[in-house]
Amino acid sequence: MNEAFDLRMGESHIEVHKFHGGTILLSAAAALILQAFLPAHLPKLAILDLPLLITIYFALSRRNPSTGLLLGTIIGLLQDSLSKTPLGLFGIAKTVIGYLASSIGARLDTEHPAARFALTAVFFVLHQGIVALIQKLLLAQPQPWFTMRLLVTVLVNSVAGVLLYFVLDRLRKS
Amino acid sequence: MVALPSRHRSLFLLAGVVLLQVLLLAVQIKRDSQGRLIRVWTVSAVSPFERGGSWGIGKIRDAWRHYFALSDTARENEALRRENGELKLEVLQLQSKSAEADRLAQLLNFKQSQGKVPMVVARVIGTSADANSAVIYLDQGLRQGIKKNMGVITPEGVVGKVIESFRDTCQVLVLTDPYSGVGAMIAGSRIQSPVNGTGEPLLNMKYVGNDEEVKAGDRVVTSGMDRIFPKDLPVGVISQVKPGASFKQIRVRPSANLERLEEVIVLLTTDPLVIKSPESTAPGDASTVPAASGQTASVPKPAEKQP
Repeated sequence: MNEAFDLRMGESHIEVHKFHGGTILLSAAAALILQAFLPAHLPKLAILDLPLLITIYFALSRRNPSTGLLLGTIIGLLQDSLSKTPLGLFGIAKTVIGYLASSIGARLDTEHPAARFALTAVFFVLHQGIVALIQKLLLAQPQPWFTMRLLVTVLVNSVAGVLLYFVLDRLRKS
Repeated sequence: MVALPSRHRSLFLLAGVVLLQVLLLAVQIKRDSQGRLIRVWTVSAVSPFERGGSWGIGKIRDAWRHYFALSDTARENEALRRENGELKLEVLQLQSKSAEADRLAQLLNFKQSQGKVPMVVARVIGTSADANSAVIYLDQGLRQGIKKNMGVITPEGVVGKVIESFRDTCQVLVLTDPYSGVGAMIAGSRIQSPVNGTGEPLLNMKYVGNDEEVKAGDRVVTSGMDRIFPKDLPVGVISQVKPGASFKQIRVRPSANLERLEEVIVLLTTDPLVIKSPESTAPGDASTVPAASGQTASVPKPAEKQP
C-alpha cells in the first residue's frame, strides 16, 4: 500500500501512515548499527535503546498488530545476535512491545509529542520489565528492574524518542 | 479448519512468535546441573505423564496379580509352607550337629591332653526308666574295654561310675543318685569327706566337722581314696554351708552338667591315675599339689557349666 488510509474505530478515525519503500528496513538497520557502534566511542550513549525506539515508532505508525509484532521480533532478534545475550531475550520483549504499540496506535492518536513521550516511557519500562522477567525465569539471572537508573534511562530515551520520531515523520509518504 | 476471527489473529500470532522465541531461548540456555533448558522442560512436562502411567499400570498389574491371577497361589503357598517347615527342621538339625561337634571337639582335646591315660569317649544313649534313680546308658561296653567300677567323667568334672557293662553298652550310676558317692576333699584346705548324691541336683558333703573352716565357693575335688577316680578331678563347688549337730551340712553343685549329659569319657582303668590339666604346667601354680604316690598331680580348675 502506497497511500495513507483511515482505520475506522467506532466514531474515531485513526490515520495509518505509510513510508517510502525500504524506509523501515533502513531505519531498523541504522538503529542496530548505531546501537552497536556509538557506545564503543561514546559510552554515555549506551543509555539509548535505538532499536526499541524504532520499534515503537513504526508500530505506532503502522497500527497493525501483526506487522508491529513481526517488526519487533526481527529487530529484537537482530539486536540479540549483535549482543552477547541469548537469541530471543530482546526478541520476545520487542515482539510484545511491537504488538502493544500497534494495538494502542490503532486506538489512540499518537501524533502529539506529549502522547509520544508518555507512550515511549511506558513501553520502555515495560520492555525492561519483560527483559528482567525473562532473565529471572528463563536465564536464572535475576536483575534489579525498577531502579533510579531506569528512571533516568526512561527520561532520556523518551526525550530522544520524541526527537527521533519527529525526524522519522519526515520519511512518511504524504 | 476453524477460521480465526481477524481481531484474534494477531493475538495468536503474538503467542506463536513469543512461544517460538521462548523455545529458541530454551534451546540455547544450558543449566549447569540439568543440561539444556529445553530438555529440562521436556522432561518436566513428560515425567508427570510417565509417573501417572507407571502408577496406573502398576495398579492394574497389582490388581491382576492379587485378585485375578490367584489360581496357583494356594498351591504355591502350600508348597512354600511345606518348604519352610523342612528348612526350619534342617536349621534345628544343623544347630544340634554344630553343638555336638563343639562338645566332641572338647572331649577330643581333653583326651589328647591326657595322652597316657587310657580312656574312651562314649555317647549317652539312654537313661533309667526309674525316676528315682540317676542312671544312664552309654554306647560303649565290654568290647571297648569298659568294666564295672570304672570312672566316668567329662572335661568339666566327675559324672559317676560304671555299675554294669555289657557287650556294646554299659550302665552308669550318676553322681546325683542317692546311692552314688565319690571320695572327695576340699581343694584348698584338703579336708577329706565323701560326697554323695541326694536324688536332687545338688550333692551332699558329709563328715566335715563344725570347727572346720569351709565357705561357699570352695572347690571340691576327688581324693582318690575310692580307687575309682584319680585324685584331684573336679567334683563340684560348695554352694551352701550350714552348721549341723556334729558335722556341717554342705551342699555341692556338681562341676559336670549332669542333667544334660550327651558325651562322656570312661576311664579304662581302676588303677591310680594322674590327671593333668593344661594350666598345671605353669611353674608355681597354686593348684599344683603333691600326690600321694609322690608324683605331682594337678587340680583341674572347675569349668563353667554349660547353659
